[in-house]
Formats: sequence, C-alpha cells, structure tokens
Amino acid sequence: MSPKNSVGVVAAQRVRFDEPIVLKSGAVLPGFELAFETYGALNAARSNAVLVCHALSGGHHVAGVYADRPKDLGWWDNLIGPGKPLDTNKFFVVGVNNLGGCYGSTGPLSINPETGKHYGADFPMVTVEDWVAAHARLANHLGVDTWAAVIGGSLGGMQALEWSLQFPDRIRHAMVIASAPKLSAQNIAFNEVARQAIISDPDFRGGHYAEHGLVPTNGLRLARMVGHITYLSDSQMGEKFGRQLRHGEHRFSYDVDFEIESYLRYQGDKFAGFFDANTYLITTKALDYFDPAYAYNGDLAAALARAKARFFVASFSTDWRFAPARSREIVFALLHNQRHVAYAEIDCDAGHDSFLLDDAHYHAVLRAYLENISV
Amino acid sequence: MNFTAKERERFDFAVIANWIPPAERVLDLGCGDGRLLRYLRETKGVTGYGVEIDPQSVLNCIRNDVDVIQIDIERGLSGFENQSFNHVIISQALQAMHATERILGEMLRVAEEAVVSFPNFAYRANRAAIAQGHMPVSENLPYQWYETPNVRFFTIADFEALCGKLDIKIRERLAFDENGQEVNDDPNLNGSLAFYRLGQKT
Repeated sequence: MSPKNSVGVVAAQRVRFDEPIVLKSGAVLPGFELAFETYGALNAARSNAVLVCHALSGGHHVAGVYADRPKDLGWWDNLIGPGKPLDTNKFFVVGVNNLGGCYGSTGPLSINPETGKHYGADFPMVTVEDWVAAHARLANHLGVDTWAAVIGGSLGGMQALEWSLQFPDRIRHAMVIASAPKLSAQNIAFNEVARQAIISDPDFRGGHYAEHGLVPTNGLRLARMVGHITYLSDSQMGEKFGRQLRHGEHRFSYDVDFEIESYLRYQGDKFAGFFDANTYLITTKALDYFDPAYAYNGDLAAALARAKARFFVASFSTDWRFAPARSREIVFALLHNQRHVAYAEIDCDAGHDSFLLDDAHYHAVLRAYLENISV
Repeated sequence: MNFTAKERERFDFAVIANWIPPAERVLDLGCGDGRLLRYLRETKGVTGYGVEIDPQSVLNCIRNDVDVIQIDIERGLSGFENQSFNHVIISQALQAMHATERILGEMLRVAEEAVVSFPNFAYRANRAAIAQGHMPVSENLPYQWYETPNVRFFTIADFEALCGKLDIKIRERLAFDENGQEVNDDPNLNGSLAFYRLGQKT
C-alpha cells in the first residue's frame, strides 16, 4: 500500500469517565478509562463518524503507525485511510480498546483503586452490551450523537449489531462482518479449551499472576494456538503448510517436525508476549454470553425488532468459525422486520481471518457500501 | 427498427412496473445489478430486496444502493417467510436456473403474486435460426450456445403447460415482438418476450 493512502503517524488518546458503570453482571466499576484513536476530521454536522469495533485480540490502533514504532501498523490499516474503502477524507473514524482490554483501556492489568493492586481476577466480567454502553460514553465525549456507521468483524460485528439494539437512534448503518448472532456449542467449546489452557497454567495463580510478577505464558500460548486453528480454513492451511517438514525428514521427537507446528508455536509465542490472560478470559466469556435473542425465547427476529439502522452483512465462504449460515440468520431476522439490509457472501479461502484481508472483491463491496453512506 | 439495449430495458421495466401498485413490498429474484428494483423504488415507491448469486452483480447492486441478498435461489427460499411480499419478480432469469418447478412454487409461497418474464424460444426468428441449423442469437437471446448462462430452453406453450401441471393460475399474459409491439396473434410464434402475472389457484 502506498504511503499516500495511509493515515500516517497517529497517536493514541485516553479519556476517563468518572460516573460509575453498572455492568450486565450486576458488578459496578466506579469509573474507567478508554484508549482510542481517531483518523480524519469530524464534520460540522457531526454526521460522518464511524466507530470501528475490534475482535478478540484487536484494539484501538486500527490504522496508521506510531512515531516511535513505524512498523506497528493498525490492524485494519488496509481498509482505512485517505482514498481507501473506509475513506478518512470522508469519514471521521474512531478506534477504541474495549473495557477490560489490555492496550490502555481499564482492564485486569489496571490498578484497582480499592486495593492499590492489579485487578487481576477481580476485574468484573464485561459483556458486549457493556462495551457498547462504554462506547456510547466515548461517543458523547467526542460530540458524536449518531454514528454514520459502526463496523466490525467477528466479535466486532457483534458490537455493531448490539449498537443497533441498545442505541437504535444513534447508529445509521450497522456493518456486521464475519459474525454471528450468538455462538454455537462448538464455538463455546473452543473458547472453553482456550480458557482451561490459561486457568490450568501454574503461573496463572487464580488470575493474580501480575501481583507475583508472573505471566501464564504457556496457557496463553496454547489458547492462541487453538484459536488460530479456528481462524484459518482447512484448505488454506493445507495450501500454505501441507505436510511440509521443517528438517526434511521425520525426526521422531516432539520438537517441530511439520511446518504447521512451527507456525502455531510462533503465533502462540508472539501472542503470549503481549496479550493479557485475564483479558483473554473475559473476552471469550463476552463472546459466549452474547445472544440478543436470549431474552426473547430464542426469537432473533423479535430481538432485532428494535433496530432501526440499515445493515450491511458479509460472510466468507470458507469461514467455519462463523459460517455464512450464521450471517444469514441475522439477515433473515432483519427481513422479518422489514429492515434495510445488503448481504454479501464473499468467496475467499482464508477462513474466518478473511475479514482482515484486502481481498479485491471484499474491499470493492465495502467501498461501494461506504460510498453510498450520506454524511 | 430494433430497440437499443437501454430502450429495451426501459420497456421491460415499464411492463413490469405497470403491474406493481405503489408502495408495495417486492422481492426480485435474480435481480442482476438491481436496476429494476431501483426503477421500481424511484417510480413506484416500492420497498424490497433483490436476490442474486453472482458476486459482480451483488457488488453492482450495492453500488446502486439496492438491498441485495447474496444467496443461491436454486437451494430454495427457505429463509423467506410465507406471503411476506406483495410481489415476487423473476425478470428474464428463470431460464438461467435449474430448479424451475421448485422456484415457481417458492415464489407463490413468499408472495401473493408472481411476475415472470422470459425469452420465448419458439419465437419466429428463433425457429428460423434452428431451421437454418444454428442455435438462435438475438437481442432477447444475446448469447452464443457455448457461453450462454441459460440452462432451461422453453417456450410460451411449454411454460403454460408447466403452470397447468403446478396448479398455478395465469392471471395475465403479455407477449411482445422484438420491436416491443404487443403480440396477440399466436404469441408462441410471434412473441419474443413473454410476461406473466401468476397466482395460486384458489
């Protein structure tokens, strides 16, 4: 990508909210901080703001680079910038780190004012609904009454959907990509394996590892390895790694024989080096609990009746974590309510991770939809 | 004098629009780039959705600001609720689909009335092409045999026989020649394009 299409050097900001927030679990946080970034400029009518919601491991650094870390590219930089599909010449784009995160927003690694120690395991569980409630405070802080769009992939898509339900009048377009209206038993099962990997790591210390100067590295690493398998498609993994051998021969040991083992270990190590284990636990539980139809006896159409936004829904052909059928559930629930929705099923071989790639057709579809959003 | 492609399209749209009362809920199957829906929205104030499987067409629908749903109609319309639309349209797309009977049945499940248009393979010029030993290529059948998206080759007479078999009531039929002139005399021979309003037999 040529530098002229980049938002360039960006800086994270932070805002503190002192009014207590009552979480869905009933727990109360006396106040909290959110880390965020913005790109482009809010127009005079304040009608061009787009919120980008992150998935499991993402954060507020969505586009551009930091002055002191020129290689630290935002996680959706291929989408966002001047002239890119989410065009910062047109839109004021906001990235935010969710409450309970580990990139600067208040989370388990923050200091609990009541104890003077890291929250650790004492940080309350947060839900997708809580995140959206927190985002709304950020919107107020930024002077955004109504988002032109809220966009996200995977867990980020759930937040876009939740925005349309919790604040129907504050979001004009919900862009829900590679997402689902709730997790399946299989999805929850994978999350549980990841959590057990972390919790059973001796360095986890009941979640209070930070107090002891420890990190449950092995658990986090395993959690990421399991997760990573579900982000890729079988065919892509086969194409990329196949049964390629690291050393050109079977070594009859538990060290790396096959390239796929090396890849997963690398991804696991990298992730364990920067991500917080408690945030991982909280985030996977937020995924598990998300189910807007739960309060409506499982009737998703009834749950979505509140939504007023126009929807863009997209899925990917080889995504087996949140398969196209899951997106179609959202689409048909919207149809039942006679809501505006455009649904694209993108042919892409990269599995769940496709939503992060710059597949030409996928980006053309996003560009077309975003270009028609009036500001 | 033959129509230009654009005039022909406007003509098709006008014929269909004439059958769609204002402000209806409409489903357009095989909606292409969504221009018909956009036309109906702009001229009749309809709301509704297009259904399309081709990725480029879906992209063009989104460019045209049309609500499009990318699914394969051949697998049925199971997500669409019974009688949830006033009209369901299939404009010159039925001949490109395999599951003809199923699609016709599904159309009258999801909407009160179906509007179907298709090129008549028994049109005089098409018969002449066959008589000369070649598959017909014309404005209404603009493809060579080796590149055509069409998979079902049928005539006005064939279609009406199928409607009879499926207990589908033909409420109205219009046939036009290649110049857009309405044809009343032997439409199976003189009609190039056929338009139908279909309902369930009561």
